[in-house]
Amino acid sequence: MISLKEVEHVALLGRLELTEEEKKLYSKQLSDILEHARKLQDLDTANVPPTSHVLPLQNVFREDRPGEHMATEKVLANAPDRQDDYFKVPRIL
Amino acid sequence: MELYYLTAHQLHDMLIKKEISAEEITRAVFGRIDAVEDKIRAYVTLTRETAERQARAVDKSIAMGEKIAPLAGIPIAFKDNMCTAGVRTTCASKILYNFVPPYNATVVQRLTEARSVMTGKTNMDEFAMGSSTENSAFFTTCNPWDTDRVPGGSSGGSAAAVAAGETIVALGSDTGGSIRQPASYCGVVGLKPTYGSVSRFGLVAYASSLDQIGPITRDVTDCALVFNTISGHDPQDSTSAPYNQPDYTSYLTGDIKGLKIGVPKEYMGEGIDPAVREVIRENVNVFTGLGAEVEETSLPHSEYALPAYYLLATAEASSNLARYDGVRYGYRNEEAEDIVDMFMKTRSEGFGAEVKRRIMLGTYALSAGYYDAYYNKAQKVRTLIKADFDRAFAKYDLLLSPVAPGPAFKRGEKMDDPLQMYMVDICTLSINLAGIPAISIPAGFANKLPVGLQLMGKPFGEGDILRAAYAFEQTTDHHHLVPGVAS
Repeated sequence: MISLKEVEHVALLGRLELTEEEKKLYSKQLSDILEHARKLQDLDTANVPPTSHVLPLQNVFREDRPGEHMATEKVLANAPDRQDDYFKVPRIL
Repeated sequence: MELYYLTAHQLHDMLIKKEISAEEITRAVFGRIDAVEDKIRAYVTLTRETAERQARAVDKSIAMGEKIAPLAGIPIAFKDNMCTAGVRTTCASKILYNFVPPYNATVVQRLTEARSVMTGKTNMDEFAMGSSTENSAFFTTCNPWDTDRVPGGSSGGSAAAVAAGETIVALGSDTGGSIRQPASYCGVVGLKPTYGSVSRFGLVAYASSLDQIGPITRDVTDCALVFNTISGHDPQDSTSAPYNQPDYTSYLTGDIKGLKIGVPKEYMGEGIDPAVREVIRENVNVFTGLGAEVEETSLPHSEYALPAYYLLATAEASSNLARYDGVRYGYRNEEAEDIVDMFMKTRSEGFGAEVKRRIMLGTYALSAGYYDAYYNKAQKVRTLIKADFDRAFAKYDLLLSPVAPGPAFKRGEKMDDPLQMYMVDICTLSINLAGIPAISIPAGFANKLPVGLQLMGKPFGEGDILRAAYAFEQTTDHHHLVPGVAS
């Protein structure tokens, strides 16, 4: 069972602010899903390597050559707030 | 048959014979949209003016005697998680409600260069998280075969648009079944390609090791034509596979004599609607009749796919969705006092319930103390699931199964129980874990609702899949049937 306290901790890690109702709901729903996931513990995987990715790809390198970059105006076009050529945000400290 | 219900290859033939113009095709499709869209609600954004302009340009080329590509002048709809330069791309989320991408996704770019005509951006479950399109932040799309039912998801808008004649072909994305399951529910063809065969550049990421873009079409030939256009290596996607891409239409021969097909028993057992099972069984005989050798086989770790998938997909999602913070684009809460408060309020107001649930689950699975028990364990189980497929494909060319355990369900039926909703994907999500290709093709009806049949292939074995799907299609009429949505 995922406690309300754990739900609050995970929500903070995920930068989510939950209502009391949401906390209760997620506590129950996440517990149900994780209970279902406990099935995985039945399998002995001591000697099984993890798969993070299905393709046998290595790091892809390219030559370090300067190219065209996107125009500043295009980059900033979707900004909720800006000042000159910067993204503007509420105070940090 | 009305123009808007023809296939891309039929329309191409008519275009080059000058029997119709691209503008007439586009007008016919938008006329159909005007007639049925208020009942179906497949689109988040329509791009009528762009479409008409693109169509007229194709007509000009034809008039000047230029040779046109197979998809030139053909209307196409894009799922709203693919970036379209200058056209709003929302992922059906409040957090991206106003996002206008500065560039095209590679798939959009390739189809634009092939001179397809963009009809618009289709509805989806928010950030592709869901199996019914009910998780869209804007509205729910209806199934053209029965408007009280869901079209499936997450690419429900694309599948419904193709089925209802509101476009000719469409693209969807598939992380655990999001192309194949809506294709099955809407009675159209949907291909989830091999991981790495289609560039993900410009696809808004959900679970990066599982996501693939693929075609949703009316028949297998159109599927091959769209796949020809969008597949192939892209230097802008570091997980794009360098491989020699064949012409996939060369596989459409109708000959499958001697093809070896396995039917995994785990996909035909408990949890599968008996009416669906019956449709699949009958169709096994069709493949045998065509000269294929079909026998039962086993993928012993199938029952572990669902929990492994939901831990891995949500873990990747929780990381991918960290970028939505209200700083550079999308929705921002304007009242926040400081930046952390702004992040929290923006994300809490911008994301819907299912997205928050998956961020929570993924964050939990990756958090200190649980990483080994959940995330790492799921990655190891992924290895076992992939090994099941490797063993099966040492013996068989293809595997055959249902796409979904039942036909389209009613709106609202599964919204209160996330686990029930996740179960809808039990026949499709192993394929994403293994990275292999699979197609959904119309195979019949259960209770007057379309049922899809799934063919799975070896990595980069789309050719064999299309060969078998095409041979099957030649013997059946399912793909010629259209829904009774009032016109």
